[in-house]
Amino acid sequence: MVDNSSAAQGRVWQRYDGRQRLIRYVVLLLSMMVLYWAVSDIDIFWPWVWDAPNQIGSLGARMWPPDPSGLGEIVAALLETVHIATLATALTIFVALPVSYIAAQNTTPNRACLWLGRFILVASRSVNTIIWALLFVAIFGPGVLAGILAIMFRSIGFVGKLMGEAIEEIDRRPVEAMQATGASKAKVIAYAVVPQVMPAFFAIIILRWDINIRESTVLGLVGAGGIGVILQGAIDTFAWPTVATILIAIITLVLLGEAITGVLRRKVI
Amino acid sequence: MLEISNLTKRYGSDAAVLEDLDLTVEGNSVVAIVGASGAGKSTMLRCINRLVEPTSGSIKLNGSELVTLKGAALRQARRKIGMVFQGFNLIDRLTVMENVLAGRLGYVNLYQAVTRRYPQADIDRAFALLERVEIAHYANKRADALSGGERQRVGVVRALMQEPEILLADEPTASLDPRTSEQIMRLLQSLASEMSLPVLINIHNVAQAKAYTERIVGLRHGKMIFDGAPEDFTKEALDAIYGGIEAPDDQLIETPASGPRQGARGVAHDSF
Repeated sequence: MVDNSSAAQGRVWQRYDGRQRLIRYVVLLLSMMVLYWAVSDIDIFWPWVWDAPNQIGSLGARMWPPDPSGLGEIVAALLETVHIATLATALTIFVALPVSYIAAQNTTPNRACLWLGRFILVASRSVNTIIWALLFVAIFGPGVLAGILAIMFRSIGFVGKLMGEAIEEIDRRPVEAMQATGASKAKVIAYAVVPQVMPAFFAIIILRWDINIRESTVLGLVGAGGIGVILQGAIDTFAWPTVATILIAIITLVLLGEAITGVLRRKVI
Repeated sequence: MLEISNLTKRYGSDAAVLEDLDLTVEGNSVVAIVGASGAGKSTMLRCINRLVEPTSGSIKLNGSELVTLKGAALRQARRKIGMVFQGFNLIDRLTVMENVLAGRLGYVNLYQAVTRRYPQADIDRAFALLERVEIAHYANKRADALSGGERQRVGVVRALMQEPEILLADEPTASLDPRTSEQIMRLLQSLASEMSLPVLINIHNVAQAKAYTERIVGLRHGKMIFDGAPEDFTKEALDAIYGGIEAPDDQLIETPASGPRQGARGVAHDSF
């Protein structure tokens, strides 16, 4: 039984002491101030905000019913979108794997390579796909090629960073065993590193393909090919029923992509 | 014949892990190296195949110096030195056969290695050795599907695939249950005489060392303090090697030279 002697009774217990409580109130107050500052500083034209429900209703009315007449063209553009994502993902592999190899602490040849690899990864990741697309449209002109390169350049950072982490997390003991057999560095990698990072590799590539399908749907907005080109054209010509069809088609494609990658993930890993 | 002379190893400016060690192993003798954790057993074994770089001294295998070798010459020398590890160090996701054939990596070219097109002679040898240790029926199973004793037998076969001139075993039974570890010790003992190989075994278990080897070398703080036949390994020798070492302190101070952490360090030293 619990001993209910007087010493155990009526003792004060508080989760935070006075100082901790003060700090928590100060942090809360500061957060509120930052939020207030942000809301008051940006220029929102409030009448438009109050008018938004009307606009939503009217836009919905103009979109309904979706116009299926351009469906053939839309499906072709969607396929192009998927091809952009697939080709870009495939090309990414060839660049991202060497980069991840030199950007992983335990496989990099020297410090210069390590920093070069890390620089490539950070550069790739800090520039958004749309900005890459703008750059490549400027270089190669509008079209699918710019889109593929944009998706690829953004993916290199993603795949390279995650693969680099996978390489850093391998069990070192098989590496040691392969070295002890007199294997060269390339053979050590083929036998002790590659098998260990295979599951991570498939998971990362499938995930990135999934993300790339979604990203390539907006590439057309800057002229880099895919479904976005038609979407932009329909919005510009106020063809709202066609816009509705395109949006439904994109949602269907993304859901399909999700389903396929889900199955692949379960099968492969 | 293996001749180690004046071998010294120190990590950075710390006290030496191995100090002025001399050891000669001839013919097909099985030698046990005993000592507490941190006595330098693993470091000594890893200096022989240069997974750890010796600080100074000389190691000769059948007359050729190992300490000064570099690059391709070092890899060629390593082919002749088989090693068996405490943690088996198999590649879990590959099959037993692939793990075994990995012992030939020093002999085949990269294309053969990657496409698994090993010469028929290697495959025959692999099956013969797998039959010898009674696990040939597991050839196409993944290595991580096997039990500890079976995995260590794969490790032994992989080392023998190298057609080694010496076999190094670093605590080969420490991860196994008592019965299985007896089997592995018996296997190493009989393989040594069948293939007339010298075998160096790091081992914690003094009883097994006495039962399965013909010579015992005792290390303490990197120095050899016993070298003789198992029947001469008396209570006094045991106390001299292990006595006065309190396990917890020992672990705290000297773990860098023992167990898996030693392995990690060894890899780092090899610039991989």
